[in-house]
Amino acid sequence: MHSDRARLGLKIAAGFGLAFMHLPILLIFVYAFTTEDKSYQWPPPGFTLKWFAVTWGRTDVWEALSLSLKVASISTVIALILGTLCAAAVSRTKFFGREVISLLVILPIALPGIITGISLRSAFNLADIPFSFWTIVLGHATFCVVVVYNNAVARFRRVSGSLVEASMDLGANSFQTFRYVILPNISTALLAGGMLAFALSFDEVIVTTFTAGQQQTLPIWMLEELVRPRERPVTNVVAMVVVLVTFLPILAAYYLTRGTDTVAGQGK
Amino acid sequence: MTSAIRFSGVSRHYGDVKAVDRVDIDIAEGEFFAMLGPSGSGKTTCLRLIAGFERPTAGDIEIFGQVVQGTPPYKRNVNTVFQDYALFPHLNVRDNVAYGLMIAGQMKATRQKAADEALEMVALGGYGDRKPSALSGGQRQRVALARALVNKPKALLLDEPLGALDLKLREQMQEELKVLQRNLGITFVFVTHDQSEALSMADRVAVFNDGKIIQVGTPEAIYYRPEQPFVADFVGSSNVLPPEFVAKLTGTKAHGAVRPEAVSLAAQGHAAQVKTVSFLGTATRVSLDVAGTPMTMLLPKGAVIPKSGETVHVDWAADDLHVMGA
Repeated sequence: MHSDRARLGLKIAAGFGLAFMHLPILLIFVYAFTTEDKSYQWPPPGFTLKWFAVTWGRTDVWEALSLSLKVASISTVIALILGTLCAAAVSRTKFFGREVISLLVILPIALPGIITGISLRSAFNLADIPFSFWTIVLGHATFCVVVVYNNAVARFRRVSGSLVEASMDLGANSFQTFRYVILPNISTALLAGGMLAFALSFDEVIVTTFTAGQQQTLPIWMLEELVRPRERPVTNVVAMVVVLVTFLPILAAYYLTRGTDTVAGQGK
Repeated sequence: MTSAIRFSGVSRHYGDVKAVDRVDIDIAEGEFFAMLGPSGSGKTTCLRLIAGFERPTAGDIEIFGQVVQGTPPYKRNVNTVFQDYALFPHLNVRDNVAYGLMIAGQMKATRQKAADEALEMVALGGYGDRKPSALSGGQRQRVALARALVNKPKALLLDEPLGALDLKLREQMQEELKVLQRNLGITFVFVTHDQSEALSMADRVAVFNDGKIIQVGTPEAIYYRPEQPFVADFVGSSNVLPPEFVAKLTGTKAHGAVRPEAVSLAAQGHAAQVKTVSFLGTATRVSLDVAGTPMTMLLPKGAVIPKSGETVHVDWAADDLHVMGA
């Protein structure tokens, strides 16, 4: 017989597990308000809001943040275009090597970031491409495409093929069919995929380390700050911002794709 | 009569599979034309060739006198009612019906008015604001019909449109489609695997098998004068008599066909073993073994019903035996 009430031991274990995962994040928030700026001292000797002002005034933070936002936006746009096209090709048509291409597209997310990073770095070297903003974008696009592709391909399969034929039959050419039939049916999947891609790109460290030149994205900047401590709580303030910037889109993506299990061409 | 759709030697091959094999069709303007056959016989592929979703491997297709080789579906003056209806799930019923008019560039007010009128025509007035998912199967079917007809096509293609409906609804829709076609006067090309549906609705029926057309003719001709054993068997389960049997009766060595309702018990005639007796309501079906040839006979209400295992004598009028190819 199943008991609806879990046993006390199990409850405590679950509580500890959750605390272990989330308390460190809470600590980061707490240290953003501490008055001690040389070391992380527990308990904090006092609380202050001055680090927010200090952070606001630091140009290096603004440069890193704007670079990260630009990289994430452009990688996401590239991923949306390529991922959608690729998903359309794989789910709509049958061609020689389709399964192989499907696998090759997904591979970058299965590969450790360090492999992607090293291989891209040596490729850029071989091709004599100087490290720049665009090499970072290319590196990020490799895994952002996968995220969009995965979301889009699942939705494409659910948009039944006869919808496209019906649209063409009613006089719409390929572009109109995409605009009025396919896009409305896959838009939430693209939104979710795009947000996930943005969040992944925004906090990426490993691939960026290998493909960036002198520029620092926000996560790289934070790593540097930890090594050379100066006004430590500034890092914590930035960390809070990063958590919010990445958490909100993921949450939104979750709510947008929830409850859309019955779409397009199901249920005759 | 002018020809609405004409196939000349049209084939469609998928690798080694000949889905459509050298088919000739000539469908007249304003005709209700049924393509009947078992699944995989090529009838749906023929419909898709007319709509433009498939291209012929060989042969020419003409739609109202124009060769449509390479013309994409959106430039053909025909519309399709799909087997799964293919209603756009993200649009409400009115916008579904108005879709073709929107693409054609009509003003919003004009196309919505036309869509509402089309919905009235299929008895769905007032349903315009609903989503397709909120409709029953029969209602979706009507929306699909309205969505195709609102574009005033010269020919309407219907791909097993009644297949997903229950029997009662199907019979009602058969009547309505027939009335609609008479009133509109446009050509209907209707694909079905249901022989009674084809016979009751169409002006002419083409019977398909293995990618070929076996016989084209009026329902009466298909029913009473099948030209091949397949047609006799597929269309209404005629008794197919082997050539030797027919030769003994008529002197012509060819397959013969006798309708089950033409066979009756007789004092003299062919000795037959009764195998099974099934009561159908309006009639009773009796399976027989006539000297090794399986036959069925339909006995009307009130007739003497033999028992299974009994040996009886059966016969039919000489002109009820149709000799194929004669």
